[in-house]
Amino acid sequence: MDTLNLLWLVPTLPLLGAILNGLGAGKLPRPIVSAIGVGSVGLAFAIAVSSVRTLFQVPSEERFFLQTLFSWIDSGDLSVAVRLGLDPLSAVMMLVVTGVGFLIHVYSTGYMSHEKSYGRYFAYLNLFTFCMLMLVLADNFLVMFFGWEGVGLCSYLLIGFWYQRPSAAEAGKKAFIVNRIGDWGFLIGVFLIFINFGSLDYGRVFSEAPARLAMGGALATAIALFLFVGAIGKSAQLPLHVWLPDAMEGPTPVSALIHAATMVTAGVYMIARCHVLFALAPTALLVVAIVGAATALFAATIGLVQKDIKRVLAYSTVSQLGTMFLAMGVSAYTAGIFHLMTHAFFKALLFLGAGSVIHALSGEQDMDRMGGLRKYLPRTHLTMLIATLAIAGVFPLSGFFSKDEILWKAFENGGPILWACGAIGAFLTAFYMFRLYFMTFHGSERLTPEAKHHLHESPNSMTIPLLLLAVLSVVGGWIQIPLLQGAQRLEGFLEPVFADLQHLGGEAAHGATAAAGTGAAGAHHDPTLEVALMAISLAIALAGIFLAHRFYVKDPQAPHRLAERARGLYELLWNKWWVDEIYDARIVQPIVRLSNRLWKDVDAAVVDGAVNGVGKKVEQGAGWLRLAQTGYVQMYALILTLGMVVVFGYLALR
Amino acid sequence: MDALPVPLAAYQILAAVLFTIGVVGVLVRRSALIIFMSIELMLNAVNLSFVAFSRQHASMDGHIFVFFVMAVAAAEVAIGLAILVAIFRNKETANVDDVHLLKG
Repeated sequence: MDTLNLLWLVPTLPLLGAILNGLGAGKLPRPIVSAIGVGSVGLAFAIAVSSVRTLFQVPSEERFFLQTLFSWIDSGDLSVAVRLGLDPLSAVMMLVVTGVGFLIHVYSTGYMSHEKSYGRYFAYLNLFTFCMLMLVLADNFLVMFFGWEGVGLCSYLLIGFWYQRPSAAEAGKKAFIVNRIGDWGFLIGVFLIFINFGSLDYGRVFSEAPARLAMGGALATAIALFLFVGAIGKSAQLPLHVWLPDAMEGPTPVSALIHAATMVTAGVYMIARCHVLFALAPTALLVVAIVGAATALFAATIGLVQKDIKRVLAYSTVSQLGTMFLAMGVSAYTAGIFHLMTHAFFKALLFLGAGSVIHALSGEQDMDRMGGLRKYLPRTHLTMLIATLAIAGVFPLSGFFSKDEILWKAFENGGPILWACGAIGAFLTAFYMFRLYFMTFHGSERLTPEAKHHLHESPNSMTIPLLLLAVLSVVGGWIQIPLLQGAQRLEGFLEPVFADLQHLGGEAAHGATAAAGTGAAGAHHDPTLEVALMAISLAIALAGIFLAHRFYVKDPQAPHRLAERARGLYELLWNKWWVDEIYDARIVQPIVRLSNRLWKDVDAAVVDGAVNGVGKKVEQGAGWLRLAQTGYVQMYALILTLGMVVVFGYLALR
Repeated sequence: MDALPVPLAAYQILAAVLFTIGVVGVLVRRSALIIFMSIELMLNAVNLSFVAFSRQHASMDGHIFVFFVMAVAAAEVAIGLAILVAIFRNKETANVDDVHLLKG
């Protein structure tokens, strides 16, 4: 267990990097900034890998390691220690965060090389890595909340990295404010947990939950739903999805790290972490599944028509996160975490690839002004093709296995309707992702002359992370191959974490929903059906790709004709279902009006009026009193004498 | 102790008259010097009263008080006249009505 004692270094190193780069911003030379920024995360990754290797050497039931760093809050009943907890679930997340994070740091040295605020960028990025690791490795809800808020802050800072641009500053604010709504729910959930358990430690809460909370009771449902509100905000699910597409104002590696691979999956991780609480609240699980499925479909439809390459990817992320929540909702936690991991690989790759394209075209993001880039950017093209195939779910790339497992579990535990939502979402995903691919790399060149002039393949610091991520996107799915005996390694690895669901499931009213998702043998009920569904989803993916090819390569005029014929639908999707406009009219503007009224009628009139009024009255009173101060000394003497006469007179006549 | 050749009431009436003259002088005269003199008059009226009572009660307490009053009065006059000289050098007047800078 020796290497495990180094666990505290995993979050501390990026924090150290953030401090060094933050204090030295603008003064340190670039190579040193890069060395600190990349090195700290790389070292953290190395320690993380060795920790997980150590974890593998102990029997699976004992794979749980706690490291107490210091006592944070000790007040009355509340006792919170900053303690790191490593178990298979947090191990997977830690590896994804440090591993993908490391590659993205390397990529950033190339992508941001022309940037003035180079040190500030790496300070933020390291700070984000630290916060995300605290979130993942936390052993109680308060430390998790610390990480939760920390990543929100870093997200805000990095979205608004180019704060001189008003749209970036606005987008940062929007992300922060929308996240606050979710954080409110998360915090209420944590309060409810503390009131009812008297502790915030995972170990105590989760072991006592079955005894203290009634199965399907109002309290369990309330806790689960409030926690889910937090997940909705952080993971950009309906109806709080609006911030994520705007978050694309940030630098592209940031979009890849924060808004695709890690931070937005925090909600999924949190639900998997709190699976005991959710298992006790089948209603909440149903809500999770429905929200996830609805978001998966909703975001995919918007992705069909967007022109900005990063926006398409953003909606694709929202949609994929919806799929993960669908998995959580049908108690397929392993499948959800599996998809989280593969998604981190291929979505990070897609964003970095898009970044490489944008970099090559000197900042162009509109796919209408791309096309035919295949021969200019061979490496980017190859890796993007792999990522696109992976996200579309083509055998045998990673996306196929993870997405298919979710669809199968959705069918098995949730019924055909949820499965159909997921499957349609998968079809739309395959279509719009290949639309993106074809519009960018195939077809006629629609470049602006200026972009064409500077066209160049990205440097090695950018393409090597792309190649590594491409390899991961291919092989990432092979740790969890369905049907084959002994090939579900991820499920075996995560089993100790989700083992407590087995006996919980026995008590469950909806036994089939809660229990079947995690059992090691759960997938082997009916291989024929599973194979059939697999074939269907593969066919769906291929159909999507074929359709995209027809539309965007063979007959590039077809999309325009279709858009003309279904004008209303196109407008609806192009304007993102007018969600932003509706929020603005129904929520933002009324609040602005209310605030204005409160400002003028209450603050300026009542509060300021009272304060100023008191001042005025005092001044007036003083004005009267000062008349007594004539300055004539004999006047004072006279008053003194008269006073004495009155006092003595009173005493004499009493 | 034999009876006083002059009754105590006569001393008291004289002291009261002197004191009242002093009070009126402080209140009505405008010259700072006269005001000082009036204050001395008031103090000496009190001294007279003290000494008379002291004799009546055959006690030395009143005498001791008188010495204190005279010592303090001497000090007060010294400081008061010094202020008066300073004011006169600045304003060329000893009229207290011309010195009213501290009005509100």
